[in-house]
Amino acid sequence: MGNVVELRDVSKVYPATAKGAAPVVAIDSVDLEVEAGDVYGIIGYSGAGKSTLVRLINALERSTSGSIVVHGQDIAGLPERSLRRVRLGIGMIFQQFNLFNSRTVAGNIAYPLEVAGRSKEERRARVDELLAFVGLADKASAYPDQLSGGQKQRVGIARALATSPDILLADEATSALDPETTHEVLDLLQRVNREFGVTIIVITHEMDVIQTIATKVAVMDRGRVIERGDVFDVFSNPRTPAAARFVGTVVKGVPSPAELAVLRERHPGRIVTLSFRDAEVDQAAVFAEFTRAGVGFQVVYGGINEIQGRPFGHLTLALTADAASVDAALARVRTLTTVTEAR
Amino acid sequence: MDSLISLQSEFWTATVETLYIVALALIFGGLGGLLVGLGLYLSRPGHILENRPVFLVLNVLVNFVRPIPFIIFIAAAQPLARIVVGTGIGNPAAIFAISVAASFGIGRIVEQNLMTVTPGVIEAARSVGAGPWRIIVTVLLPEALGPLILGYTFVFVALVDMATVAGYIGGGGLGNFALVYGYRQFNPVVTWAAVLLIIVLVQLVQFLGNALARKAFRR
Repeated sequence: MGNVVELRDVSKVYPATAKGAAPVVAIDSVDLEVEAGDVYGIIGYSGAGKSTLVRLINALERSTSGSIVVHGQDIAGLPERSLRRVRLGIGMIFQQFNLFNSRTVAGNIAYPLEVAGRSKEERRARVDELLAFVGLADKASAYPDQLSGGQKQRVGIARALATSPDILLADEATSALDPETTHEVLDLLQRVNREFGVTIIVITHEMDVIQTIATKVAVMDRGRVIERGDVFDVFSNPRTPAAARFVGTVVKGVPSPAELAVLRERHPGRIVTLSFRDAEVDQAAVFAEFTRAGVGFQVVYGGINEIQGRPFGHLTLALTADAASVDAALARVRTLTTVTEAR
Repeated sequence: MDSLISLQSEFWTATVETLYIVALALIFGGLGGLLVGLGLYLSRPGHILENRPVFLVLNVLVNFVRPIPFIIFIAAAQPLARIVVGTGIGNPAAIFAISVAASFGIGRIVEQNLMTVTPGVIEAARSVGAGPWRIIVTVLLPEALGPLILGYTFVFVALVDMATVAGYIGGGGLGNFALVYGYRQFNPVVTWAAVLLIIVLVQLVQFLGNALARKAFRR
């Protein structure tokens, strides 16, 4: 399948706010390809430019340079009037939900259909369908201020899907929700992706959101995409420090120097970290090598995680035996998996 | 007290005149204020019809007209009133002057009420492809309805206040009544009768406004 969204060398520069101040580069030469059916996560700290980036895709913000191709059409230079039609094919949900308080739940969901000029009968049928899909059929005539946060976001999702767009932009959609509600909403997004084939672009600062639903991820830092790829690859082998920090929030990886110092105090022997990636490495075989060589070991740090059904992780071991047997054991283990000596 | 009874018919005529002046000023000034307020809100940098020159001109105009004391403004507006309504005196000229002055005062209030609408809600409407005109009618005004009703209720009181000055250029109403029959005849009872009626009038409208606003807020 082809790319539904393709950004080439896109930049967004805000003019200087004060005289003498430098212009603010919010987005700095970003390339991004999102394939049909992807759940594409964009992660970064606040101020990294995620919100701006996602708003370039439906042109709520205009880019300064570069090309933004959505559904095969470069929208970067399009006049506002044509953009309105483009936006009907792109749904968007927000951190603060942004529901219309003056309209009922049904009225909120019907709004994009009114904009699209659908008939009253069509609108009613579609609203009923969506209310059932998000599980709020009994709340059709409630007002947003009578709903919980999770319910509000479900209304937001229903509204975003009203015109059957095939792209959904989620701007920190779960950041205002508690962990349990977050998972409800993420489940719903996953159903939107699987049942309707909607391509979802999720921006977040929470790595577990990426871990739960994303298939691909881009890491943003100061307006640049510094790392991108399959979620499994980035999680199991982050190449930039920023990516490693994000991965570290959900997966215990390699101990930091400070943590290592603490471990050293307690364990006088050699400390090594074994990296496991995918089912290609047989953990049992690795540990059998230590036992065979007469090397005692203790797991002192680390964890094993699963992303998209594929396990990976790092285990740090403190080894107790004479130097010769440890060397012999490690030589054999190195043929099975990656070993990093702790320094 | 006796004099008040003998002035009964003048009193009620003055009341009706005040209501007439305020009602027309509320229609013209209210509409003018809505337009000025929308203009200020929409043209403000970062808003949906961002337009720096329009915003600056409107902003300066509002700041220029608003501080002029109304009793001076009503006289200063006479030449303009002659052009627009054909006369510089009487109720028509008063209604004209009140409407113009009120447009700018109300404009600021409308602008502030519109600012209570969360920008995210406007963004949500844009994200589904709604154009500026549709956003104003179907999102901006409905979302700001509660504050707007309270704002216009407040404006009503200000208009009653302005309407009492109409007598100054030969208009009628309770202000003129209190001035002619109360103040100038050294009859405080007559003055106070006008005061009391205005208080009752304002209370009634405030009550109505609050009830409507509650409905709009649904609380």
